[in-house]
This record gives sequence, C-alpha cells and structure tokens, in this order.
Amino acid sequence: MSRDQILEVDRLTMRFGGIVAVQDLSFAAERKKITALIGPNGAGKTTVFNCITGFYKPSGGAIRLSHDDGKVIALERLNDFRIAKQAKVARTFQNIRLFPGMTALENLMVAQHNALMRASGFTLLGLVGAPVYRDAEKRAIDLATDWLKRVNLLDRADDAAGNFAYGDQRRLEIARAMCTEPALLCLDEPAAGLNARESAALSELLLSIRNELGTSILLIEHDMSVVMEISDHIVVMDHGVKISEGSPREVRDDPKVIAAYLGTDEEEAAAVMESGS
Amino acid sequence: MKTPSINTAKTASGIPALLKTACFNALIALVLFSLMVGVRTEAGSDGQLTYWTRFGEVASLVAAVFGGSIVLELLKQWIGPTGAEKLVPPAVQSGMSFLGRYLAPALLIFTLLVPVIFYDQRYILDLAILVLTYVMLGWGLNVVVGLAGLLDLGYVAFYAVGAYSYALLATNFGWSFWICLPLAGVLAAFWGVLLGFPVLRLRGDYLAIVTLAFGEIIRLVIINWQDLTGGPNGVSSIPRPSFFGIPLDNSDNGLAARLGIEYSPTHRIVFLFYLILALALLTNWVTIRLRRLPIGRAWEALREDEVACRALGINTTTTKLTAFATGAMFGGFAGAFFATRQGFISPESFTFQESALVLAIVVLGGMGSQLGVALAALAMIGGFELFRSLESYRMLVFGMAMVLIMIWRPRGLIGHRAPTVYLTKAHAISSDLVKEGHG
Repeated sequence: MSRDQILEVDRLTMRFGGIVAVQDLSFAAERKKITALIGPNGAGKTTVFNCITGFYKPSGGAIRLSHDDGKVIALERLNDFRIAKQAKVARTFQNIRLFPGMTALENLMVAQHNALMRASGFTLLGLVGAPVYRDAEKRAIDLATDWLKRVNLLDRADDAAGNFAYGDQRRLEIARAMCTEPALLCLDEPAAGLNARESAALSELLLSIRNELGTSILLIEHDMSVVMEISDHIVVMDHGVKISEGSPREVRDDPKVIAAYLGTDEEEAAAVMESGS
Repeated sequence: MKTPSINTAKTASGIPALLKTACFNALIALVLFSLMVGVRTEAGSDGQLTYWTRFGEVASLVAAVFGGSIVLELLKQWIGPTGAEKLVPPAVQSGMSFLGRYLAPALLIFTLLVPVIFYDQRYILDLAILVLTYVMLGWGLNVVVGLAGLLDLGYVAFYAVGAYSYALLATNFGWSFWICLPLAGVLAAFWGVLLGFPVLRLRGDYLAIVTLAFGEIIRLVIINWQDLTGGPNGVSSIPRPSFFGIPLDNSDNGLAARLGIEYSPTHRIVFLFYLILALALLTNWVTIRLRRLPIGRAWEALREDEVACRALGINTTTTKLTAFATGAMFGGFAGAFFATRQGFISPESFTFQESALVLAIVVLGGMGSQLGVALAALAMIGGFELFRSLESYRMLVFGMAMVLIMIWRPRGLIGHRAPTVYLTKAHAISSDLVKEGHG
C-alpha cells in the first residue's frame, strides 16, 4: 500500500445469502483527495460503504486504511463503533440520521464523545466538576461553534436539529461527522434532495474540507454536477463490480459507463458513441 | 355578520351527526350493560343458579350515556375543533415552562418544611415518605427509560436487591445502615450490569419482556432461596437507621436523651423523611449532572438514534450498561431505605405491580423530565391516597384520571426537553421532536 493512499479496498466481496452485492471490488482512495463512487441504483455502492464503515462484515477481501503516521489498520477486522473511534472513519447516511430531539450544538457535542469521555475521566472527573473537564468542554464547544460557522448554521445552534430544513440537516450531518476529527470522511449521497444552489454550496464545503483541513473524502453521489466538479478520482460500479475508474474526464468518456447509465449493451453503446462523434 | 352565520351553519349540520353519535354510543352501552348490569346472577342456597333482571338500571345507564355523549359533542363544538394539543394553548404551555422554573424551588422549599408543618400528623408524614420513595425510584428509572430510552419493566428487581442487601447484611453481620447503603447500591448496579449484558441486543417490546422476566426471576429466587432470604416469610427485625451512630430510640444513648429533649417516636419519622429526601435529591443532582456530561449526552443520543451513535464511535454496549447500572444503583439505594424504614421485608413488596407503578410515574411525568417525574409521583401516590374513601372504585377513578391526562398531554406532564448545552439561549425542545427510544 503506497504512502499516498489512505484507503485500499482489495478484492472486496459481500454476499447476502445467495445474492452477491459486491464482487472482487478493488480500488484505492488517495490521501487528501476526493474519491467518488458512482453507479446506477443497486450497483452496490452503499454496501461498499457499509463494509468500509463497519456496518457489514465483508464476506471476503480486505479493506486497509493507512493513517498519516503510516499506521495501517485492517478495517474488515474492526467492528462497529471501533472503526469510527480507532480508525477515524466518519460517515453520513443516505437518509439523514441526526439526533432530532437534540440541538445542533448538542449533535456536534455527541460527535466528540470519545475525546470528552477521556477528558471527563470516564465521568468521574466530570461529575465533581474538575477544571480539566471544563476546559475540554470549552474546547469542544469551540470546535462545534467553528463547524457551525463553516456550514452556516451558527445562528441556529440552539435549535432542535429535527426542526431544520432538509438541506440544513445535510450540512449539519457533515459537520457532525467532521467533529469526530476523521482521517477519512465517507458521505453517502450528500447532495440528494438538494436544489442547485444548495448543491453548489455543498461542493464548496467539501472542497474546503479537502483543501483547508486535508481530510480525505470518499463519496457516493448521483448528482453528476457535484461529482464531476469536485472529484479527483471516480470509481464506477455496476452490478457489484467495478466497470471503470479514472479522472472525471476519463470516466465521462468511457463507453462502459455510458452503457451502464443508459442501460444498453456494450456494443450498442459503442455504436451510439461512434454515431455521436 | 360573518361569524354568526358560520355558527348557525355548523349547528344545523351538527344536529343529525350529534344524534347519530349519541345513538351509536347508547347502542354500545346497551350491548355492554344488558349483560353486565341487566341480568344479575347469583348462586342460590343449594348452589343452583338464581338470576333476576334489572332493566330499569340498564335503561337509566343507556340514557346517561346518550345524554352524556350529546353534552360531550356540544362541548367539543363549543370549544372548537380541538386536538389534544390545542386544549393546552401554546401561550399556556410556554407559561408553564416559565412557571416550571419557579415551581421546582417552591416545591423543594415546601418539601423541606413538610415535617415542620405536619409535625403531629403522622399519617401525612408517612405518606410524604412514601411519595418521596417513589420520587426517588422514578428518578432512578428515568435514567434508563427517559434518558437512554431503554424500556425496563423489571425495575423492582433492583429495588429488591437493594432492600435484601441491606436487610441481610444488617441482620447477619450487624453492619450499620451507612455502610450498607453504598453496598446496596453497588450490588444493585452489579445486577443491573448482569441484566444488561444478555439484553443488549434486544430492542423495544423484546427488551421490555426480558426485563419483566428478570424482575420475576429475582422475586422467585428470593421466595425459593429459603436459607438465605427466609423465603415467603421475609426478613424481619431489620435494624433501624441511626443518626450517624446515635440510635433514635428511648434509651439513655438515644439522640433525644443526648439532646436533653423528650423522646418522641416522631423523631425517627422526621429523620427518615429527611433521609429519603436527601437520597432523592442526590439522585436528582447526579442525574442532572450526568445529563450534561458526555455519558448523559450519549444516553440521550442513544435514545434518538442508535445507528448514528455507532457511526460516531460511541460504544453503545457500555453506554447502555452504564445506564442500566446507574438506574439500578439508585433503585438499590431506595431499596435499602425501604428495608430500614419498614423493618420487615418480604417478596410480596417486590411484585410486578411496583415496576408498573414506577414506570407509570416516569411516563406520566414526561420521559426525561425530573420535575415531571416528581409531580407524577406526587399525583400517583398522593392521589391514590386521596381517593381512599372511594374504596374499590378508586382504581376506576384513578384509571380514568390517567386516561384523561394521557389524552391531554400524551408525552407526559412535562414533555419538552431542555438542552444540556447552549451557545446563546436554551430553548425548550418540543416533545414532537424528542424520540422515545426503541429499547
């Protein structure tokens, strides 16, 4: 695994009973870059995501994550919350999963749970109001405030997240994921349901996360305007296998990709492409 | 001129519908009461069946239902098309939260003064101690059900563990109440973790059923482990608590003799009152503090969305276990207090009914709300005593009161949630947004 790769998926296979959702999928995501995973509905993108973030245990293959310090972690051996805690992989969900009855600020504070738990001496120091914990809490609030500013929700910090408009909830969920201070941020269709203006703001936010903080991003997205604009590298899946990979330009011109999206045979697609050019 | 015309139109269209509803209700009443009331059966002197009819009573009941539904419908029209929420207008609701800020301190001051005001009314003091015991149990269960959203129907098990821990340690080893109290809490917390482990994977109804079974298992073990627990005979002559080593009795060493005042049995009652008040306030203080700590926020986050918690790197297993253990610990404290107050405990005190009562207090109070739980305990335990003169009808009155409260305030007396941290101003969060948890 080379130094400039943060994530390497190696021959990943996921079976549900007799159904093969993902088969022998291999790709890599580069450090401090935005990698997009695209494909038609049912291609297996979310399954790959769930394998990477520990919600599924892969049937076969390996997923390796390398931190900046060179430490390599086998994600397929970690389960559940440890992927977020130890491997520092944060994710958002296709159908937003905020804590609706908690305020925006509280949502971002929950994201810093592990750091705050340590600071509160696993509750004991916090219970007696030790200054160590109070300082840590202040820093946590500062970080949360900073993120609320970045996603333009600072004036709504004390409102319940469930009251937010759809687009605001999407941005808050990204802010919450970033408050875990991840090495890799996985976004599952972040632009779904956003209007053109909100999509543009989202692209800007993701680019700023990459450029200013150097966080690597892996995203699933259907909104091609977002994908083509911000991605450094695109992996195209269809029916559980990788059909193409490359820069946005390469992928856009790949007849296999066009065929997958148009739902035609390869020969037909080639014919279409030829007649078009 | 617009408003009256609307009103008349409404009444005109209302009358046939009104009669229809009333007739329908009367018909249901007829079907129900014709057998329940209309025919009275009894075993005769030789064991044969004798019966007689009471159609007059049935007729009056049906007429009452008919008239009652007309009055109810008219009332509905008069108030307007109200849902449950609108019965309490938003202005009043926000006023109540404003009132709530002063209600809690006022209640606390009143509670502190109860032994002074009612010094010679033993009955009221005993009732107050009982209410406070349930306030404490409610606050303890509130951690599990209200904050972490884990439906626990076997809370009485921890109450029992606490009570028996104190009773057995005190009678067998002669340990003092103040040593046994923390031990009772620790043991109950231990059982809480023990229960927590197998049920971690369960959610919702399944969790409720298993915790219910756990409560029954503890009770059955207590009944059947005769050598240790005395079985159905219980444990008797449990030592009374001392005032930090000084007994509260008639002896020369007693507190009264030392202070040079005349001995009165009320001293002990007053002491017990302040003891349970202190324990309840400790529970409250710890819970309020925990809510503002990462562990408390994780509990509430768990109630809101468990999957999201896992994605944020929160260990849901330990988070659930700490919730169980914390709630169980407070139950254990309350149990130890119960044992020392009664002086005698038996498995009969720890039936499912107790769990249901405590859960009802938490639900009625508004899950997660400390003040709501205290008010609900006062209403449930105090109100139950209030209706004592109604004898066997008091359950009926009580059930009706519960139903009405749940119609008016489906999320409990205090349903909104106060944020644990804020930047500029803490707004109460509407109960519509707060999740109940899935177990």
